[in-house]
Amino acid sequence: MAGKTLYDKLWDDHLVKQREDGSALIYIDRHLLHEVTSPQAFEGLRLAGRKPWRIDANLATPDHNVPTTDREKGIEGIVDPVSRIQVETLGKNCDEFGILEFKIKDKRQGIVHVIGPEQGATLPGMTIVCGDSHTSTHGAFGCLAHGIGTSEVEHVLATQCLVQQKMKNMLVKVNGQLGKGVTGKDVVLAIIGKIGTAGGTGHAIEFGGEAIQNLSMEGRMTICNMAIEAGARVGMVAVDGTTIDYVKDRPFSPRGETWDAAVKYWRTLHSDLDAEFDKVVELEGSEILPQVSWGTSPEMVADVTGNVPDPAKEDDPIKREGIERALKYMGLRPNQAITDIQLDRVFIGSCTNSRIEDLREAAVVVKGRKVADSLKQAMVVPGSGLVKAQAEAEGLDKIFLEAGLEWRDPGCSMCLAMNADKLGQGEHCASTSNRNFEGRQGFGGRTHLVSPTMAAAAAIHGHFVDVSELLN
Amino acid sequence: MRAFTQHQGLVAPMDRSNVDTDMIIPKQFLKSIKRTGFGPNLFDELRYLDEGKPDQDSSQRPLNPDFVLNQPRYEGASVLLARSNFGCGSSREHAPWALDDYGFRVIIAPSFADIFYNNCFKNGLLPIVLEEKVVDQLFQETEETEGYQLAIDLEAQTVTTPSGESFSFDVDSFRRHCLLNGLDDIGVTLEDAELIKSYEEQRRQTAPWLFNAGQ
Ligand code: SF4
Repeated sequence: MAGKTLYDKLWDDHLVKQREDGSALIYIDRHLLHEVTSPQAFEGLRLAGRKPWRIDANLATPDHNVPTTDREKGIEGIVDPVSRIQVETLGKNCDEFGILEFKIKDKRQGIVHVIGPEQGATLPGMTIVCGDSHTSTHGAFGCLAHGIGTSEVEHVLATQCLVQQKMKNMLVKVNGQLGKGVTGKDVVLAIIGKIGTAGGTGHAIEFGGEAIQNLSMEGRMTICNMAIEAGARVGMVAVDGTTIDYVKDRPFSPRGETWDAAVKYWRTLHSDLDAEFDKVVELEGSEILPQVSWGTSPEMVADVTGNVPDPAKEDDPIKREGIERALKYMGLRPNQAITDIQLDRVFIGSCTNSRIEDLREAAVVVKGRKVADSLKQAMVVPGSGLVKAQAEAEGLDKIFLEAGLEWRDPGCSMCLAMNADKLGQGEHCASTSNRNFEGRQGFGGRTHLVSPTMAAAAAIHGHFVDVSELLN
Repeated sequence: MRAFTQHQGLVAPMDRSNVDTDMIIPKQFLKSIKRTGFGPNLFDELRYLDEGKPDQDSSQRPLNPDFVLNQPRYEGASVLLARSNFGCGSSREHAPWALDDYGFRVIIAPSFADIFYNNCFKNGLLPIVLEEKVVDQLFQETEETEGYQLAIDLEAQTVTTPSGESFSFDVDSFRRHCLLNGLDDIGVTLEDAELIKSYEEQRRQTAPWLFNAGQ
């Protein structure tokens, strides 16, 4: 019999009941909540007269609607009354049921996928869910983590379980070393460019290979974060020393003997050598260049040294139409050089790239330089209050401010523009977020997905530049 | 949950692949704390010429005449015909809520994004996967024939065209069972409460670090 994949192991360890019809009850160790997808779930609980099954499995924070300025004002600082009600509702629900919430003025508040790992609330081997598709981020810790809808949020609150079908196993292997200036973000964009936004549908993706193993936890989180953009609800990386070092001594991490027992178990969280995958994709790390998305789907990416595609050269009529529509929306010409795209704004933030390492990488590039005059705005939004404090302790805030970037308070911000931070119509933005859908960052806004290093360089130049050259 | 057994209705074609959840219901409408009322903002950016705001009376807004659902012949459609990877993007259940609120009961596509597919079943909405070439055929017939309707039978797992041609589709048996009977799946899961408790007890012993509250 073939060995088990990491996904198989996590599945087996959380299986409460295998039903005859092929569905299964899976136990959920950690449930993260935010204000947008939870109110209807709490309302459902109340209407049915149910209570949360296990209060201490839940951790909540407002992130999508929070303003990134004037935070001392707390909830009063939320200008939009509809946004404010949503944040207040999360607070009321958590208070009513006794769920731990990092509220808007708490230092530990931040984007839900940043604070889980930061607190050690994300531990290897856990099943983690949240009403948010980027929950795949937590798979970087060898977790089985994925997004769920609001009905499932209610289901998990009420039962601590989910009804699941087992997915297929997929391995994406990135061999060798990455080039200079090439980050986890470029790797994952290159993967999505290769397999497409439906390439991982129905699969749990494990990311492996030397280039992945050499990445920091931040880099691995960036990659798992965007598994969903490749169609896979679940992205994972095997546990190793890097993982264990990261989770040590965090507020929710075990201590003493329990720590030792945990580490012993965590060391088993990798695919067996003889495990079989339903699908395997390989990339060479050395061939990956800094990536820039040019279109309105995360698979529409190009090397920074490349060009916008020419729809005339596409044979598939549906794809051709897709390219034409994207170019029209993005206001780009066929064959235009990526480095010719002029930018209006730069956004460094989001659950993909707002951790301390991301900010350090961006700071290296802008240090001692100035943001291009042609830009309307360049902003840095740290992923949590603790990331912000750490960055300030390292002096990164000063580097950004001196270069002319804005230094904001933590939240989702311009990643989806539910708060006041958004693009104007037709504006081009170099963004470290994860989705470049039409209107994602503001009505008529044009998003180009890039790494923090690339976004920082673009801020200085006003257009995209090849950072691998810049860093040499 | 509302049960789904059979349905016959007018078909509207959404001829574009990778329709994402931001397109189905843009984020400004996710600020609602209710489950209903999203219908007027379904496909908001495609459907109207101006920028939609929450709590606005959408009946007064300028419509985009080119958008398919604004064409009189598709008024009252309840079956949405779509292209591959429909519903990709976020986990927002507001997407099926909006489709449902608008009046759709069935979505047919060659493929769906996983989370969206799952969310549909929780809301009495039936997503049906049919082969690409069948979907192509249905697109063609819909566009050629005004008033084109499809009949869907979940029990028999078939989609039937006006000419009587029938296509069968797969759906996993648990989801089918819940949908046919309009079951609340929390109730079904809680029938196994004892099993969940004993699993939990055993894990408390073997993996106590999973039950740490923060320090
Ligand atoms: S940062 Fe963006 S992608 Fe991440 S949780 Fe917030 S809105 Fe979603």
